[in-house]
Amino acid sequence: MNRRNILRLFAAAALACGLLTTAHAGSLETIQKSGTLRVAVPQDFPPFGSVGPDMKPRGYDVDMAGLIAKGLGVKLELIAVTSTNRVPYLTAGKADLVISSLGKNPDREKVIDFSNAYAPFFTGVFGPDELKVTAAADLAGKTIGVTRGAVEDLDLSKIAPASATIKRFEDNNATIAAYLSGQVQLVATGNVVAAAINERSNKRPLDTKFLIKNSPCYVGVNKGDEPLLAKVNEVIAKAKQSGALNEIAQRWLHAPLPAGL
Amino acid sequence: MAYQFDFAAVWAYHEMLAQGAMRTLALTAVGAGIGVAVGTLGAVVRAWRLAPFDRVFGVYVELIRNTPFIVQLFFIFFGLPSLGVHMSEWQAAVLAMAVNLGAYSTEIIRAGIVATPRGQIEAAASLALSRFEIFRHVVLRPALQRVWPALVSQIVIVMLGSSVCSQISAEELTFAANFIQSRNFRAFETYVVVAVLYLLLALLVRQLLLWIGRRFVVGRPAT
Repeated sequence: MNRRNILRLFAAAALACGLLTTAHAGSLETIQKSGTLRVAVPQDFPPFGSVGPDMKPRGYDVDMAGLIAKGLGVKLELIAVTSTNRVPYLTAGKADLVISSLGKNPDREKVIDFSNAYAPFFTGVFGPDELKVTAAADLAGKTIGVTRGAVEDLDLSKIAPASATIKRFEDNNATIAAYLSGQVQLVATGNVVAAAINERSNKRPLDTKFLIKNSPCYVGVNKGDEPLLAKVNEVIAKAKQSGALNEIAQRWLHAPLPAGL
Repeated sequence: MAYQFDFAAVWAYHEMLAQGAMRTLALTAVGAGIGVAVGTLGAVVRAWRLAPFDRVFGVYVELIRNTPFIVQLFFIFFGLPSLGVHMSEWQAAVLAMAVNLGAYSTEIIRAGIVATPRGQIEAAASLALSRFEIFRHVVLRPALQRVWPALVSQIVIVMLGSSVCSQISAEELTFAANFIQSRNFRAFETYVVVAVLYLLLALLVRQLLLWIGRRFVVGRPAT
């Protein structure tokens, strides 16, 4: 009896979800008619999205949302989400797009569609401008700082040549301090961390040397919403061409867009 | 749902643990050697009030004994490069340990020196011993004899404190433990093994130092 009730609840929920998704299938028209684009953005993940000193959301994702709203010629309505509820907001029809530093993976692709990449998100090796390193083999004889146990530590340990010295630190702050004080020549970390270093200190600006693992961000669109997806891709392509996206990358990540994006 | 212990996951890294233990020992040996030498110098200077150095040592002792070891270490490793002083993680670790032990042993050895009865020094002088001979045989040796157990304890404390050096990427025993734990996620097994290793190291160092004390410092008991 109890179990049957739960099953009924699930069935109802599934039905409701289905209805909502279908209701938003032709959302490009709906957006243009209502004149507002509702975008789910993070508010707890700088530099992609955080609350600024003026209490307004700001960041890479927020600027990107503005770019798309402008491209559609509509007003922008931001909806603050967390990383756990960003996809449900979209599928439940509470948001038209999710621009929330979303990476692509097979599980997510079953539920929503992805635009072309709009933001770089990767782990890599970073270092000063004058040091010539373009691949893992170039690390021979160099010292690289990394945060112990982080994904980039595990990846770097596999690809670094034997003569490279990997110095492992307790946390990101110690890794950063080791780099800024010149105790290591290079660091392996995420591009967001590198951006944070460049923002706080210009003592030893970090240049991207090479990528270890690439997982760029995509705009999430409801499954099967082809017209909206095409429009979003069009705006992204235009922004890449005009340099508007590069400007956003410079502002929030303090680095130009990588060539492959 | 009982936790399945898996010490084999730690044994897979036994070479790293052995290397870490050796490095901890080496770090302690060098750090303690320099530290006790600094401490002896400081104790003499302070006990006999050799101006102006007694003031210098006074400030040094207070500064080091009233700040945490990890702060001293971070200052040397992360702070000093701003002044152009670059040190490897090992140099920084040895320096921090020596500086730290130097301050504590200054006070420990000084206690032994001030406890020397005046009459003993006067007696030595009346036997026409030179100042250096008096210092060496009548003051320092009995002083070290008196404080040797305290000094040994302090050295063991410094050795255990060297675990902090893992924070500046010095690959000693605690670094090995943290590294292994970050690869096999066997925190319980890893830290149990490392705790036992530290215990054994501490017992070993204590016995060794007590033997050295009996053999070289205290000397054979007069018969």
